[in-house]
Amino acid sequence: MSMIEIKGLCKSFGDHEVLRGIDQNVEEGEVLCIVGPSGSGKSTMLRCINRLEEPTAGEIYVDGELVNEGNIDSMRTKMGMVFQSFNLFPHKSVLDNLTIGPINVKKADKKESEEKAMKLLERVGLAEKAGEYPRNLSGGQQQRVAIARALAMDPEVMLFDEPTSALDPEMVGEVLDVMKSLAKDGMTMIVVTHEMGFAKEVADKVIFMDGGYIVEQGTPDDVLNHPQMDRTKDFLSKVLI
Amino acid sequence: MGVYLKGFLIACKGIPATVAVSLIAIVIGAAFGLLLALCSQTKSKILQVLAKVYIDVVRGTPMLVQALIMAYGIPWLLQSWGVGFKWDNFGGMVVPAVIVCGFNSAAYMSEVIRSGIQAIDKGQMEAARSLGMSHGMAMRLVIIPQAIRIILPAFANEFVTLIKETSVLGYVGVVEILRRGQLWNSSSFETFPAYIGVALAYMILTIPLSKIINGYERKMARKESAA
Repeated sequence: MSMIEIKGLCKSFGDHEVLRGIDQNVEEGEVLCIVGPSGSGKSTMLRCINRLEEPTAGEIYVDGELVNEGNIDSMRTKMGMVFQSFNLFPHKSVLDNLTIGPINVKKADKKESEEKAMKLLERVGLAEKAGEYPRNLSGGQQQRVAIARALAMDPEVMLFDEPTSALDPEMVGEVLDVMKSLAKDGMTMIVVTHEMGFAKEVADKVIFMDGGYIVEQGTPDDVLNHPQMDRTKDFLSKVLI
Repeated sequence: MGVYLKGFLIACKGIPATVAVSLIAIVIGAAFGLLLALCSQTKSKILQVLAKVYIDVVRGTPMLVQALIMAYGIPWLLQSWGVGFKWDNFGGMVVPAVIVCGFNSAAYMSEVIRSGIQAIDKGQMEAARSLGMSHGMAMRLVIIPQAIRIILPAFANEFVTLIKETSVLGYVGVVEILRRGQLWNSSSFETFPAYIGVALAYMILTIPLSKIINGYERKMARKESAA
């Protein structure tokens, strides 16, 4: 049984078809990178998995369980989400950003949640920032906190929506390093990214999307170094300069 | 000069009533206004329409007319149905006065609260929901606490407005600041000092409040530009 199964996923915004039938499985411990041009539907696909966008058609299974309107809140606790714009809670300290989910959603003990949060902050290298507010952190630091916040819920899979796209170039590395270490520890990850280097190094599988379809998929070497489809070659020639 | 001081002191006797009515009304207004704001943002068309109609009716009619309907119209209606209803049996005329001020204020507060909620980046709701929070929990823990900071100055301004608006309550039997002045005027015929005293009594409430609001807004603006 796959960790994530996507079957016949379609999504339209009004008349605009963004996803035109996506089928994809993600296995436990697998790192899937989704690449493609802007507007290809890759972020929408990711957001459909945890239903931040409601699919127009198709089904998503997590751990074999169909995700629907009724079980979405509990299903989301299995899926950590990291956004392009971090979306930390600005009125909460870094530590509270990490504990707000476990304490309120999982009804976890406050003290235990805080201890765990500190371990996670150590893991992303920001233990000394626990008492700070997000506005006092750099973009890279904020995104590392956002990753830790998602991890605090003990998710089974992590969804990354262009996690480095809003960062200054010199901060991209520190975020990618955290993601690499997660991958190495066996976390199941779906990553929408423009970082081809990261995809090559970390991904088990890469899919190239365009126009709402999966155009090509395979190992990073297959898709990124030896693409078969013209559309993929064209895209890669523009990004891999 | 003594007559002016007297006018002022007499008007000041109405301050407790004015402040008490305004305070209770702003609490009702905030609570019911929040409910209206949430209704106008739900997916339910019925709730949206109900909230919209309520807001339009309240904002489209003078508060004095609302107060007269609540204080005298409703008892008349109930009595015509054979129900022996009198506000005096339910705590006196201050009760309909507070109800009208509160529910009137709610219509204005709801717009303030709605715009405050809408000012919060939608990524905040998405981040909260993606942690597994329900919509209600996300509103309570993430959206509303942030919206309150934005709303606070407008909320305090509404309180200042409310203090002034309660001056119509004299017409429904509440002896507040203006009513004190009117009563004194009709017994002393010191018309100008009486109403100047009333004006001053309102000013010692509203002007310090406005200064505090301005100070808060400046502080927030500095914080924003520092961040």
